[in-house]
Amino acid sequence: MAIVRLENLSKRYFIHHKRQLVAQRIWKRLQRAEEPFWALRGVSFTVQGGETVGIVGHNGAGKSTLLEIIAGTASPTSGKVERRGKVGAVLEVGTGFHPDLTGAENTHLNAALLGMSKTELQRKFSSIVEFSGITDFIDEPARTYSTGMLSRLGFSVAVHLEPEIIILDEVLSVGDQTFLRKCIKEINRLVNEGTLALVVSHNLDVIAALCGRVIWLDHGRVKSDGPVDEVLPRYVGEGFLSNPRILHPIKKTVLGADE
Amino acid sequence: MLTLGSTHDVLYALTSLTAKEFKVRYRNMSLGILWSLANPIIVMSVLTFVFTFIIQNAKQYFPLFLLMGILPYNFFCLAWTTGTTSITDNAALVKKISFPRELVPFASVLANALHYLIQLGLLLLATGIVIGPSLLWLWLPVIFVLQILFVSGLSLCSAAFNVYFRDTRYVVESATLVLFWLVPIFYSFGEIEQMTQGYSFLRTVLSYNPLAATIFCIRKILLYGEFFDWSTLIKLTGASMSSMMIGLLYFRRVQSDFADCL
Repeated sequence: MAIVRLENLSKRYFIHHKRQLVAQRIWKRLQRAEEPFWALRGVSFTVQGGETVGIVGHNGAGKSTLLEIIAGTASPTSGKVERRGKVGAVLEVGTGFHPDLTGAENTHLNAALLGMSKTELQRKFSSIVEFSGITDFIDEPARTYSTGMLSRLGFSVAVHLEPEIIILDEVLSVGDQTFLRKCIKEINRLVNEGTLALVVSHNLDVIAALCGRVIWLDHGRVKSDGPVDEVLPRYVGEGFLSNPRILHPIKKTVLGADE
Repeated sequence: MLTLGSTHDVLYALTSLTAKEFKVRYRNMSLGILWSLANPIIVMSVLTFVFTFIIQNAKQYFPLFLLMGILPYNFFCLAWTTGTTSITDNAALVKKISFPRELVPFASVLANALHYLIQLGLLLLATGIVIGPSLLWLWLPVIFVLQILFVSGLSLCSAAFNVYFRDTRYVVESATLVLFWLVPIFYSFGEIEQMTQGYSFLRTVLSYNPLAATIFCIRKILLYGEFFDWSTLIKLTGASMSSMMIGLLYFRRVQSDFADCL
């Protein structure tokens, strides 16, 4: 079964306040005199297949760093990451799409880099395009696409990978309601089949509608980790969501009438 | 070699990346790929003019002689410079998608190799007409592959280095400028031997330059219709293999921290 287990994970960056000569930088590094910034400090949790976990926190709380480490594009400074299962990550809107290439060409490149084989892509290509809903523009260069179109195509490639671990960073905040509903349905389908989903979003309605569990990051530490109905109201604080029951009408508006 | 610890269809990923690099370069130009032919021909014309009318020289087939230096040199420089910036240019991919990253500099070298291949094809055509074809041409693919390996290794090193020190790119660009004069493009090896008499150190340095050796081999085969020599081939193979090994080892060692600096 798919699993992500983090043990006492920390990530340190070095801050360079001003431009330095190569020699100065090496010297400072050797002397350990650089100014460290801890993006993550002692983060531990386990997520298993069949779970949808939302990650919330203010800007700079370490959400994206965390997802990058889980996706395998960044490495932790200390601690352990255990990851079992094929990862499909959409860490950004239109992940690495080249503006001069067409949507179709970008789809091929993206799928290949995410680990899809050639035959698999040929089989799934029309379905990817259809799901993204940009059939008419698929042979146009990506620079002519709107942000929503880019993220739809990126998301579509990621779910067609049939990943065991799907990681979404602020991807669900840019599509329109119709597409959002389609995405949520698709994520729920994958999760029911045993996929593990990690979702970062500042759109709390999406988190409320999608996730059973929420991890709240604050300045690189896990401040709270639990059921959505408990963590989310605390995260929002004394504001309008203090009553967990208010979450339910929101779920309804996001999911729409068909849910 | 590339598949270690990866579930990727590595070959498919590599061809897709190479196709991307190849397509992107001339995508918005109306002359497209013709530009990759225009540049060597312009350089050849200028050099022919200078070395025929201003500085006399008596080399036979001088324009062809030049092309046999310009084409390998151009490929080497373009592949090395684009290889060097390949990781930083593809920061979005490298940061956001987990895949074997050594594919990026490789793809950028291979995309340049495709241009080189087209140029070599035309060079062969011209040589075939002017001088005549020969069985020795079968050695060309060997030289071609060795050159790709050598540049790939160099690019892996410099691409990784360029992530941490963006100045690398300009060092490489300057190095290629210097190389234009140090590599026998408009002069021959015979002339080096004459000039460096009494400076055996200088001669050794120049003769151990793999790019110069590549040009030497190509000229021997195409222009003089002779086999180069085994010692050059062995040295060239050794240089290419060690470049590749060092490049891969270094790249793999430092690549896990790329995301922090992009």
